[in-house]
Amino acid sequence: MEYIVLIISAILIKNILLAEYLGNCPFLGTSKRMDTAVGMGLSVIFVMTIATAVTYWVQYKVLNPLGLGYLQTIAFILVIAALVQFVEMFLRKFAPPLYQALGIFLPLITTNCAVLGTAILCIRREQTFPEAIVFAIASASGFTLALILLAGIRERLEISDVPKALRGTAIGLIMAGLMSLAFFGFVGVDGSLKALLQN
Amino acid sequence: MSLSKEFTKGLWNELPPFRLVLGLCPVLAVTKSAETGLGMGLAVIFVLTCSNMLVSSLRNVIPRKVRIASFIVIIATFVVIVELTAQAYFYPIYEKLGIFIPLIVVNCIILGRAEAFASRNGVIPSALDGLGIGTGFTLSLTVLGGIREILGNGTIFGAEIMWSSFRPFTFMVEAPGAFLSLGLLLGIMNACSKSN
Repeated sequence: MEYIVLIISAILIKNILLAEYLGNCPFLGTSKRMDTAVGMGLSVIFVMTIATAVTYWVQYKVLNPLGLGYLQTIAFILVIAALVQFVEMFLRKFAPPLYQALGIFLPLITTNCAVLGTAILCIRREQTFPEAIVFAIASASGFTLALILLAGIRERLEISDVPKALRGTAIGLIMAGLMSLAFFGFVGVDGSLKALLQN
Repeated sequence: MSLSKEFTKGLWNELPPFRLVLGLCPVLAVTKSAETGLGMGLAVIFVLTCSNMLVSSLRNVIPRKVRIASFIVIIATFVVIVELTAQAYFYPIYEKLGIFIPLIVVNCIILGRAEAFASRNGVIPSALDGLGIGTGFTLSLTVLGGIREILGNGTIFGAEIMWSSFRPFTFMVEAPGAFLSLGLLLGIMNACSKSN
């Protein structure tokens, strides 16, 4: 039951892009066309889930027992960079169609702050392992949802008459702001949902 | 002459969040007030200048194939220094910036400068490049933070400045205000540079 609240909260209320401000560079960079948005979204779901599982293990089985908690930042970014590289090689060897679809997005994900951010958030919020995994999948789905929605809007904007100065990133940001305002409407849904589930 | 150019280009021609449109996450997240914007900016100046200097002095030693990984390790080292220093001496601001201090590691501006500038130039131009871009970043964050704080809260650096009947637009300090104000500022910058 708590998992449902966790999922709804991560996708709609605390959407990683629109409310937590993570992963905005790929958000604006890959939202110009629908197919790149879908590719990026799927790669993020894939990598974020694996990265959160691995960094969780690194934190609780390696860093904490050795008293190296202060190395969290360095350790996590190295783990994520190595992992992305490994996933890329693995996909190229064993799942060429998937590699064709996601290939060009994978290297970009190393510097996607949503991946590192989610990994650190799971540790800071002291979630259990299943909670962390569910949180990672839900956050990445929220990312994909927002990315695809924005890509849809921006494809329409291509053919509309936008003031010259606002063309490109500027109007993209304003659209993201309006979407964020819409998602703002979900605030409080988690509280009511929790109350509903308890009755 | 050319050295001062390395510094000043960061202030207008390559002003980071607007011209390069990189490193947007901290720009949106920490500009709830001018104070947090300034704090984040100072942390970025330190990391950017130090990592630029180290990358530049090691540029002939690092093999090309592993350069990105090496840059990330160098950057992460300085980020940990900032993180621990802030935690020890500037705890209130450390709490406010939260997760965005460790996330300086993945700020594309820093990796971008290491790759595009520091790995090809000497130590002194690289240091100036880092200082200039960092200062531009800090100024942008402080200005954006100031605008959002004035409109969303009626204060600047915590001091009341608006008239007493002013009703703050609370949404300016929330996520939608961040996107809207950055988008509009970007549009204004575009309009200004076109008329020049």
